[in-house]
Amino acid sequence: MRLVTVAGPPSSGKTSIIIKTIEELRQKGFSIGVVKFDCLSAQDENLYSTHNIPVKTGLSRGLCPDHFFVSNIEEALKWAKGRSFDFLITESAGLCNRCSPHIKNVLAICVIDNLSGVNTPKKIGPMLKLADIVVITKGDIVSQAEREVFAYRVRQVNPRGMIIQINGVTGQGSFYLAKLMEKTSIIETLQGATLRFTMPGALCSYCLGERKIGDDKQIGVSKLVNFRGEEQAKGEE
Amino acid sequence: MRTDLLHMTINELRKMMPWIEDYFSAFAIDSVHYGNEKLEELGSILGEDYFIEMESSSFAFIDGFFLFIEQARALQQGNGFTVESLTVLPGRNKNDEKEAFSIELKKGEVTAIVGPTGSGKSRLLADIESLSQEDTPTGRKILVNGRAPDDEERFSTEGRFIAQLSQNMNFVMDLSVEEFLTLHAESRMVNEISHVVQKIYDTANILAGEPFSRETPVTELSGGQSRALMIADTALLSPASVVLIDEIENAGVDKIRSLELLVSNNKIVLISTHDPLLALSADQRLVIQNGGISKLLKTTQDEKKYLKSLEKIDNKLTFLRNQLRRGEEIDFSDFPV
Ligand SMILES: Nc1nc2c(ncn2[C@@H]2O[C@H](COP(=O)(O)OP(=O)(O)O)[C@@H](O)[C@H]2O)c(=O)[nH]1
Ligand SMILES: [Mg+2]
Ligand SMILES: [Zn+2]
Ligand SMILES: [Zn+2]
Repeated sequence: MRLVTVAGPPSSGKTSIIIKTIEELRQKGFSIGVVKFDCLSAQDENLYSTHNIPVKTGLSRGLCPDHFFVSNIEEALKWAKGRSFDFLITESAGLCNRCSPHIKNVLAICVIDNLSGVNTPKKIGPMLKLADIVVITKGDIVSQAEREVFAYRVRQVNPRGMIIQINGVTGQGSFYLAKLMEKTSIIETLQGATLRFTMPGALCSYCLGERKIGDDKQIGVSKLVNFRGEEQAKGEE
Repeated sequence: MRTDLLHMTINELRKMMPWIEDYFSAFAIDSVHYGNEKLEELGSILGEDYFIEMESSSFAFIDGFFLFIEQARALQQGNGFTVESLTVLPGRNKNDEKEAFSIELKKGEVTAIVGPTGSGKSRLLADIESLSQEDTPTGRKILVNGRAPDDEERFSTEGRFIAQLSQNMNFVMDLSVEEFLTLHAESRMVNEISHVVQKIYDTANILAGEPFSRETPVTELSGGQSRALMIADTALLSPASVVLIDEIENAGVDKIRSLELLVSNNKIVLISTHDPLLALSADQRLVIQNGGISKLLKTTQDEKKYLKSLEKIDNKLTFLRNQLRRGEEIDFSDFPV
């Protein structure tokens, strides 16, 4: 299984570029599943479904979606393995600029758009700073100069990442992303994997600074997505 | 070089590379305040907690510093990526028939792309933009300076290699013309910022026809003024060596001069258009049919002879359009009945 985490501010174009990239990957014969982590809205599920992309949604409600992400990612991976996908792509809305779902040695993508303003890259935090690939969308509706300035601003906060411009509507550029995703290495489990950045907050073990992923690391308030069909709470396992 | 820079003070570094300020500011480091400190000591002076607070580490800060310099230098030198020519090797049209010939696009030349709507003009621009290597639906292959770019070159150019201009593009930044140009010049790390800003401003005003001030917010420029500013800025400041233009016919700018400006700055210009004036001011035109390139026509001497009178007609129409737009009565005195 190849795992890719995609994060970014709301409406930056995450769903659009994931769908376009999946279309590229499918042409090469790969099968791909998506897990969407969000607070409240499950709208994206319909969008993925209309493109015949197998999708599961996890709603964190009161919890920070990124904390929620860590508690559920291993199960998400199991779901994807059970379905024998070649890729699992997670989409999470970066609502909390202090957290990020990026995991060491797992391809980390941050999506931000040219409309969000030149000062946004500085504000976004680890989700952008620690990404391997930064996808910049909506270049089709701003000037060349603004595209250049925006990319430069991204560069300032993340000199290490690769920047790719993608048009989320036409898919122009998604081809690059598909190619890079193909190169990412295969993982079997996330037990023992480490987050790229300590999540602040005070909701669960991860809020308290835990970075290791694994059942024995999860204490306190944590919720699990229902990947198996029936309702299932953490305590009943 | 790395150790030399590490031993230098922040003031010395700023003097050598004024743009380095941008990197410090991304870490909220006041480079004036720490001016006399050495770069290598900044980590321990600010403390590891400071960098953790910045979602980073002192190691990543120093490491990023050198990466940033490397990328800034590449940006200044246009990535060492000067494009003399692009070659489009044949792909296939919608009926899966092979295109008959390849095309070479040279620096300082304008190529018009003509053909019915939906025929594949945008697809060709997209192939060029992605430097396709037989891996797009058309199967075309693009050579840069006569050879296929490797993945690194394709991926690492970050859209710097190709500039795009279309009717749908608008300014969105909340800045005046002057602030905007200054910001762009800073991000391009040019040396004489005010000089460059002045030049772009003057040029844009010539192209626009209707003058605008430096204090105008960019979002309040008229369609023609925006387009003029975008063209002048792309020609004079963008590192891109290829400019793709998609339908700017009714933009209200001096089209001929715009093309001349881009060409005189050694760009390879491709313009998708239905406008006879634009098509004939190009050096050649590619005809797209059914998803494929079907013909390449060099603009003949005979066609060029009519450019002047064509331009006159175009000016008249623009004049009419502007009268209409301003709600004035239309002056037909110049027209035959
Ligand atoms: N013009 C333009 N619109 C885009 C682009 N990418 C996404 N959008 C639009 O932006 C909106 C939000 O996109 P979506 O993918 O749902 O964003 P998400 O919330 O990050 O998943 C949608 O209406 C998209 O059609 C782009 O590159 N250009
Ligand atoms: Mg979405
Ligand atoms: Zn959070
Ligand atoms: Zn938590």
